[in-house]
Amino acid sequence: MASLLHQIQHQSVTISAPLALDSGQVLPSVTIAYQSYGALDADKSNAVLICHALTGDQYVASDHPATGKPGWWARMVGPGKPVDTDRFFVICANVLGSCMGTSGPATPGAATGAPLGMQFPVITIADMVRAQSMLLDQLGIERLHAVIGGSMGGMQTLAWAAAYPERLRSAVVIASAARHSAQNIAFHEVGRQAIMADPDWQDGQYYGSERAPTKGLAVARMAAHITYLSEEGLTEKFGRRLQARDIKSFGFDADFQVESYLRHQGLAFTDRFDANAYLYITRAMDYFDLAEPHDGRLAGAFAGAKDVRFTLVSFDTDWLYPTAESRRIVQALHSVGAAASFVELSAPFGHDSFLLDVPALDRIMAGALGAGW
Amino acid sequence: MSALRPDLRIIADAIPAGVRALDIGCGDGALMAEMRAQKAIDARGLEIDVAAIEAAMALGLSVVQGDANRDLADYPDDAFDYAILSQTLQTTERPDLVVSELLRIAPRAFVSFPNFAHWRVRLSLLWTGRMPMTRLLPVAWYETPNIHHVTVSDFRELLREKGIRVERAWYLSGDKPTSDAAASWRAEHAIFLISRG
Repeated sequence: MASLLHQIQHQSVTISAPLALDSGQVLPSVTIAYQSYGALDADKSNAVLICHALTGDQYVASDHPATGKPGWWARMVGPGKPVDTDRFFVICANVLGSCMGTSGPATPGAATGAPLGMQFPVITIADMVRAQSMLLDQLGIERLHAVIGGSMGGMQTLAWAAAYPERLRSAVVIASAARHSAQNIAFHEVGRQAIMADPDWQDGQYYGSERAPTKGLAVARMAAHITYLSEEGLTEKFGRRLQARDIKSFGFDADFQVESYLRHQGLAFTDRFDANAYLYITRAMDYFDLAEPHDGRLAGAFAGAKDVRFTLVSFDTDWLYPTAESRRIVQALHSVGAAASFVELSAPFGHDSFLLDVPALDRIMAGALGAGW
Repeated sequence: MSALRPDLRIIADAIPAGVRALDIGCGDGALMAEMRAQKAIDARGLEIDVAAIEAAMALGLSVVQGDANRDLADYPDDAFDYAILSQTLQTTERPDLVVSELLRIAPRAFVSFPNFAHWRVRLSLLWTGRMPMTRLLPVAWYETPNIHHVTVSDFRELLREKGIRVERAWYLSGDKPTSDAAASWRAEHAIFLISRG
């Protein structure tokens, strides 16, 4: 499957400047795949950068080339939508380390021409943001009207405000956190171990072979998918209902609907994602702690960002990045005197609420981007 | 802008231009929007109600969801020049502590509240023997958010005990000002501008 994935052509730019990474390693050049929507103003003041989540991609508002499904945030981004492409030039770039055309573990190495696999350096959220800033340089965009992101996209948005506060007017951070908790790291480790325990993983050098660690990747996705939903949502959707049968099988088929659903989610994911990319990106998230370089004081990260307007949104059923994490960010923003708005919305879908039909989020997004004032 | 509530109108007129202000219990941001338009004040808001926050954010105002009882602690000392607490004091769990928090966050604060010693309230209690329901206090005792009814004299006494200075006070009967001397029984609303003693 993974080999088919890597045959897709994506719009991209290759920047032949070195990218110095947090790890100390240097990428001699970087390819960044991206999509854009709408038109850039003559004075280049209407650009909005959307940062995608762990398993997201640049196809925010256009059909996915592998699955044919509508863009992952088509309900939010488009003509007349809260992120209005009649008004804004919207850019979304595949993150560094991912598998949709941007440099990552599937990228061929300069020396051998073979995919790097685990030779690709470990990257961080800040590295992803550095790569995005290089893309903006390339596009000639100095300052963004807004950077927007949910989940890992929110982490990049926060990292943007910390690293390049002069390059953005506003930051919209949804269902996110300024650090990965022990619980967050623990769930990711389960996923990584599932991939690496799959014999088809072959120490990451599976690209040329006939085998790819789809089973391990599917299990990783299944475990992660549970964390994106609320218990209440799962109960409502599946309860203890059985799948296409009236009685229990007394075996290990997918007796329950929730099992069948998770298996489907896991398998479908392997059509559109690369196992090594999953390792690298989860690692980047686990390393994320915006306060760490500032002696644990989160406010230190925002010292230069007091002129950025922040909007933070959490969801009451999101136990992956709970409201307390957003409040912690708000508190840090108070200490530097940045303009911050924050609201906890009520929605039944858990962490995934940011992707789903929550009308209040649409209104807040429009407000944050300055519609109607 | 004439629709601004009378106590908010007084605050909007009295606050100096260009200061840093925190509006606690800012509702839909009417006062913040007025201060932005008239006084070039980039005010920040704190509000508990999500629908009100959405409305304020749609105006481009910065409002954080929170509770005056708990979340004022998140603001550093002297984060603002003015704190504003309008028609909220009587709904807080410990009004005395909230007043202290206001003057920790900012050297000056506007505090407005309905005066429970207004003659209508007094008469209502006297004649009916029941908790008063008036134009400004229209909700029955069991569901009113006003859990600490306060009078002008009570508030003056609290300030005295805490050594807080009154810079100015306004008293309203309906939309009309009423005198300092008669405030205790004639004022429906009181607005105090207080500062650290």
